Amino acid sequence: MANYSTNEFRSGLKVMLDGDPCSIVENEFVKPGKGQAFSRVRLKNLKTGRVWDRTFKSGESLEGADVSEQNMQYLYNDGEYWHFMEPETFEQHQADKTSVGDTALWLREQDSCIVTLYNGSPLAVAAANHVDLEITQTDPGLKGDTAQGGTKPATLSTGAVIKVPLFLNEGELVSVDTRTGEYLNRAKK
Amino acid sequence: MSDDSGTGIEWRPTASNDVLIKRARLLAQVREFFALRCVLEVDLPVLGERTVSDPHLDSLYTEGSRHYLQTSPEYFMKRLLASGSGPIYALAKAFRAGDRGHQHNPEFTLLEWYRPGWDESQLMEELADLLVSVGCTSNAAAQRVTYRDMFLATVNLDPHQVSLAKLAQLASDIAQRDMSVESRATCLDLIFSFEIEARLPPGIVFVYDYPECLCALAQLGVDEQGVTVARRFEVFLERTELANGYFELLDADEQRRRFSEDNRQRKAMGKAEMPADEKLLAALEAGLPSCAGVALGIDRLLMHLVGAQHIDEVIAFPH
Repeated sequence: MANYSTNEFRSGLKVMLDGDPCSIVENEFVKPGKGQAFSRVRLKNLKTGRVWDRTFKSGESLEGADVSEQNMQYLYNDGEYWHFMEPETFEQHQADKTSVGDTALWLREQDSCIVTLYNGSPLAVAAANHVDLEITQTDPGLKGDTAQGGTKPATLSTGAVIKVPLFLNEGELVSVDTRTGEYLNRAKK
Repeated sequence: MSDDSGTGIEWRPTASNDVLIKRARLLAQVREFFALRCVLEVDLPVLGERTVSDPHLDSLYTEGSRHYLQTSPEYFMKRLLASGSGPIYALAKAFRAGDRGHQHNPEFTLLEWYRPGWDESQLMEELADLLVSVGCTSNAAAQRVTYRDMFLATVNLDPHQVSLAKLAQLASDIAQRDMSVESRATCLDLIFSFEIEARLPPGIVFVYDYPECLCALAQLGVDEQGVTVARRFEVFLERTELANGYFELLDADEQRRRFSEDNRQRKAMGKAEMPADEKLLAALEAGLPSCAGVALGIDRLLMHLVGAQHIDEVIAFPH
């Protein structure tokens, strides 16, 4: 991979730091009246999600990280690995529990999602912002109670448990915001 | 104002018309300030055959004519001083490659002036007068504090005496990475920029008597504690650095040594070495009068005057 000098640091640039791929969040140029200029850089470790602040001398460089984001179709889970496919090349990738993380709660077979590849292997998986999932278990719905507030827990087909309004029943489809885990609305089958 | 042309091309200035009017007024105020004090405005080239060797400054190079865009008019001004110009100022564009941030544009407006027969203390006085005359209202009078006292007050280290190991330890804590191989100058710059600048007093503050390793083109002197210091100052306005001043180095041999040292550092940093400006050295040999000089960033001063957060708000067409 190419090396990037501090003056090429832009938010979103993927670089290697301490052996881990990172994404640059912010880069602030700081220079005294005379003397050494610095870049104060905020980076997000793409493996752990942790955010690091590091200060570099201007002109120092970091190795680029071979990281790319691909739209893929989620195929299935074999008990250990989650399998994804690139829609154009049909190339398949398998991702382990560490890479998939909590996103597993929102993955429905055939749905498309964004897979971050690092050196060609999945590093992280992000579901679409909104997904439609079926309620597999919840207490019976209260008829006519469509306007009142009040929620109840519902288990979805992927195993996720979310809060839904009281009027919903098992077998219905709901739209969920995967970033917050919040119920959005009833979806059409 | 006319409607957008619909091309989606961003052709408008980034500075508002109000700010551009204030810019024009500031430039006029500066010229009036110096006219009243009989300091002569000099109009100097921005293209030079030679440029600074300062390892932390990179000059832009013009392929066609093989000139460097000047990072400041300093060398030309010193040649004028050595030829008997008397007090002079320049108010013009300067260029520094790679300097870009919310307080930096690679092309900027620099006010630089020299006072033969003065020392840095007198020049600080005049600089404070200038800042007040252009409208930098400050409740308190300008304050002066030594570099040492600022270090002692904020990080409890004497910057002249502390060991490099201790400095590097603090620098590593601030940078969140190992700085143990760095020079004393780099550690001091880092600590000052990130730990001390934000803790300066408000208003107009002069920091002076810099450590010897940060001498740049200033003469060395001895402070009241008997420590060798660089006779330099910087002025901060609401904790933002505005200007850098020196009791100017006069000795041609010492200047030559500092050029070589710069180039040794440039080589170590993997940068091109810069041949010494022989015309400047010849002028020093002929005799530069004892003088103090200072360079002030006009864009940053204007940022303060109009309350801008980003330099692009005060420059019509930034890069």
